Amino acid sequence: MNDVILYTIITLGGIGAVSAVILYFVAQKFKVFEDPRIDEVEEALPSANCGGCGYPGCRNFAEACVKTDDLSSLFCPVGGNETMSAVASALGQTVEAKEPQVAVLLCNGSSANRKRTSEFDSAANCTIAAATYGGDTDCTHGCLGLGECVDACGFDAMYMDPETGLPVVIEDMCTACGACVAACPKDLFQLRDKGKKSKRIYVACMNTDKGAPAKKACDVACIGCSKCFKECKFDAITMANNKAYIDYEACKLCRACVAVCPTGAIHEINFPARRVKPAKEAGEAKVAPKKPATEVEAKVDIVEKAKEATKATPNTEENTSKNENKNNEDKSSNEEK
Amino acid sequence: MLKTFPVGGVHPPENKFSVGKPIETLPLPKTVTIPAGQHIGAPTQVLVKRGDEVKVGQLIAKAGGFVSANIHSSVSGKVKKIDEVFDSSGYRKMSVIIDVEGDEWLEDIDKSDELKKEISLSKEEIVKKVSEMGIVGLGGATFPTHVKLSIPDGKKAEHLIINAVECEPYLTADHQLMMEKGEEIMVGISVLMKATDVSKAIIGIENNKPDAIEHLTKIAANYKGITVEALKVQYPQGGEKQLIKALINREVPSGGLPLDVGCVVQNVGTAFAVYEAIQKNKPLFERVVSVTGKNVSKPSNFMVRVGTSTDILIEAVGGLPSDSGKVVSGGPMMGKALSRTDVPITKGSSGVLIFKEEEAKREKMNPCIRCAKCVTVCPMGLEPYLLMTVTQSSDYERVENERALDCIECGSCSYTCPSTRPLLDYIRLGKGAVTKIIRQRNQK
Amino acid sequence: MGKLLSVSLSPHVHSGNSLKKEMYGVIIALIPAMLVGFYFFGFDAIRVTAISVIAAVGFEFLIQKYMLKVEPTITDGSAVITGLLFAFNMPSNLPIWIILIGILVAIGIGKMTFGGLGQNPFNPALVGRVFLLVSFPVQMTSWPKLSPMNFSMVDAETAATPLALVKEGLKNGDKLSDLLNQIPSVLDLFVGGVGGSLGEVSALAILLGGAYMIWKKIISWHVPVAMLGTIAVFSGILHMVNPEVYAGPLFHLFTGGAMLGAIFMATDMVTSPMTYKGMIIFGVGIGVLTILIRVFGAYPEGVSFAILIMNAFVPLINTYVKPKRFGEVKK
Repeated sequence: MNDVILYTIITLGGIGAVSAVILYFVAQKFKVFEDPRIDEVEEALPSANCGGCGYPGCRNFAEACVKTDDLSSLFCPVGGNETMSAVASALGQTVEAKEPQVAVLLCNGSSANRKRTSEFDSAANCTIAAATYGGDTDCTHGCLGLGECVDACGFDAMYMDPETGLPVVIEDMCTACGACVAACPKDLFQLRDKGKKSKRIYVACMNTDKGAPAKKACDVACIGCSKCFKECKFDAITMANNKAYIDYEACKLCRACVAVCPTGAIHEINFPARRVKPAKEAGEAKVAPKKPATEVEAKVDIVEKAKEATKATPNTEENTSKNENKNNEDKSSNEEK
Repeated sequence: MLKTFPVGGVHPPENKFSVGKPIETLPLPKTVTIPAGQHIGAPTQVLVKRGDEVKVGQLIAKAGGFVSANIHSSVSGKVKKIDEVFDSSGYRKMSVIIDVEGDEWLEDIDKSDELKKEISLSKEEIVKKVSEMGIVGLGGATFPTHVKLSIPDGKKAEHLIINAVECEPYLTADHQLMMEKGEEIMVGISVLMKATDVSKAIIGIENNKPDAIEHLTKIAANYKGITVEALKVQYPQGGEKQLIKALINREVPSGGLPLDVGCVVQNVGTAFAVYEAIQKNKPLFERVVSVTGKNVSKPSNFMVRVGTSTDILIEAVGGLPSDSGKVVSGGPMMGKALSRTDVPITKGSSGVLIFKEEEAKREKMNPCIRCAKCVTVCPMGLEPYLLMTVTQSSDYERVENERALDCIECGSCSYTCPSTRPLLDYIRLGKGAVTKIIRQRNQK
Repeated sequence: MGKLLSVSLSPHVHSGNSLKKEMYGVIIALIPAMLVGFYFFGFDAIRVTAISVIAAVGFEFLIQKYMLKVEPTITDGSAVITGLLFAFNMPSNLPIWIILIGILVAIGIGKMTFGGLGQNPFNPALVGRVFLLVSFPVQMTSWPKLSPMNFSMVDAETAATPLALVKEGLKNGDKLSDLLNQIPSVLDLFVGGVGGSLGEVSALAILLGGAYMIWKKIISWHVPVAMLGTIAVFSGILHMVNPEVYAGPLFHLFTGGAMLGAIFMATDMVTSPMTYKGMIIFGVGIGVLTILIRVFGAYPEGVSFAILIMNAFVPLINTYVKPKRFGEVKK
């Protein structure tokens, strides 16, 4: 009996040792040389592998950082400035801090603002809806409400609001990776600067139809009246194709345009309430949802509830810029208060 | 044994309620909305402006390139405005809106009913005139006909195939046209034969139109090189690849054109339009449209001027019944559902179908039970269940490898699926994504 | 009309095919075999069938509602089919607790763990049956004697099935021709009146069901013909080589679960290939494995194992056997 055990130990041990030696030599022979700095840089990255930097995965981004001489064109939106300065110090370079950005939905065509004119009955997918027709309202540019952007978000920073039928971006969780921007078939999302103290202003509409059909289709459409353009003292607004656009880098957050907009298409986020009544009651103080502990929990509930609702009914995805974020964030935080 | 394509296909109930109804000409509408894009290819350039007076047959929009088509006014009157309005695509498109005044035609259009058999133009002149007259494929695809007739050097056409199959349920426009304008169609086919330099033309007709088969066979006896072939009633017999396989047993290679197997395929309605264009100097501005449905009181076939609102046609058959849930432009298998009925009839509108609410609503989707019915019915030999799953996973490389681009979007798969899965919706999504990827790949 | 129009992509009509029609079609096809089983095995057969079906539906409902927390889909008929086919694979004198264990394995492990309807790679009824065969070999191989029209609750006597008889006999060195005299004639095997699982007794009843399903386009002829054809050919070759040791095609076709397996188990749509070519490869594979196990293997019956082994090959078959593409460009 002892012989058997002895022989077994010797045989198996011998096989193990021989295999280990073979594996060691093979590993050495086929070893791929990699710059050790790639590992260092990868350590500093958040490992989300979201593709927001434009590279397929954090390791590829690390390789790109090591290869390049100038880090200013590379940016990890998830890790942000902190991560980029860590990467820079690992490589002995310096980077300038970039403005944090957030995804903004440039559409506010909620069920209340935009009348439904038909019923969509194909598979509940925004790209399919966009291929079928212009949407179940008379605005053919707006959000289709089926949630392709929410599915694309890898950071759980978005949910469909069942009341409005529009997607909501949770400001504090959005990493500006750009997944929703790429996913939206109507190109309604834009990455815009978060702004000083998270304040920002944008035109929540992508409707390029003339004023009359735009307004007929949606109450809060941009009708291209140019009042905002004339009001802006900082040349931050351009008019093109019956639509106003606010340049976030030039905007000084004075809110003059918001006051004169006749339809309420321009949204201001995270501003305090006005002392003077503005031209339109749409100027009510809209605050983006922050991230205090209680609100995060409440948000998680909303996310879960909305996910359930999305499963049941299709919602149009209005990825139009920021409007969505603003409205949804504002509404939910106002409701909670 | 009737000829047919060997693989796949389904047999939906034919529901040809408007069969045998003579083609009616409705009174002229008060306004027409003529979209500036009614064809595959480059958009046109609108030539008229607000306030201009136009006559019937006048050129109002010029083709924007070789693969494009002219557009002519279907009415006489004054241009009210040029604006973006909704058309059957569900988007607003640039259109010419004309207030109708009288019915004045251009002088050189021959309005008489006299049959003109002699073809005086040369091959090149025919192709040029077809282009000038704005002729596009009237089977529904609206491909500019002169492009099909312009055979590039190195390729030769042996057969002209006339698609008189009308395999879609409900539609009877081509059928009625064949019964009423048989001789004119034969002359049109002769024109097309001259234009493409072929000596053999085959007219393919599905066997559910025995009167048309008999009628055309009799007439074809007097025309050299034209034969009529009866085909099995199987959808999509009228798909050009399936038709070519059935009639002359040749398969158009994947990614290729009928010309690669020596064929030019034209719809029978197009042949009639070519006759009117070449022999009567009449541009394409009107066509036959079937308006029908299970709950329609007077299913009919109308000769409609392009730009007429679909509302007018629906009124003419008794109005939209109160239990209606869907209105489709074209046939039920490949047509386009309308979100509103005030859109205009265009060169590609072969029918207006009205569905009851219970017919219109899709059933809920169930999991795939791998019954392989979709594979069995696919006429192109694809695997729709797989294309849908792979598209949903966004694995577009695999979508391309599984030959999604070969799909002719006939709808047989979605039609058959016992789990009512929206197979074709996702296949279209996959095709769109793959096309974009290929375009990016070729740009590099 | 104030209602909104419905808009979708084409096609705008549907054939009317539905899951329910497919499933209930199979259930109707199973009725002849079920009635024959009831006739020959009496009350026991009714008991086993009823328990299997109720347990199958019940377990599926409980698992879906309380474990997976999804909407139960028991009305689509697939659990009923699993219950019926499982019952037809059982000897009618099986105790209730064994049936319940088998059904739980069939539905729970064979179907639900993979994701429910349409996701399982293995035939659930066979998963349950093989599990029981390996776990309770004695109870699973004591076949009751046929007692036609016996609806009393008295336990039936047991007797060996033809397959078991022949296998045992050949092992002991008996000559095949002697053994064949001890079992019923081919006609009896065909029509019924032979011991076995309660669904296997009458090839005629099974073929009737098969014909109904082919007529209703629920299954195609490819798998059954390939499988039975291969069984016949392979056993025929062996029989010609040595008629005293190897039984002939008729014996193998009509004994055991070959008929039931060919018509109802191998043709299960979820676990069979998606192309006709693939189905033929699948059927041939099952046929070869069945004869190998029956003749050279340890078990007298090989159909269940053969089908399960070929089920494992189906994804491979689906990947490499593609339908003939239209306009294939030869590179």
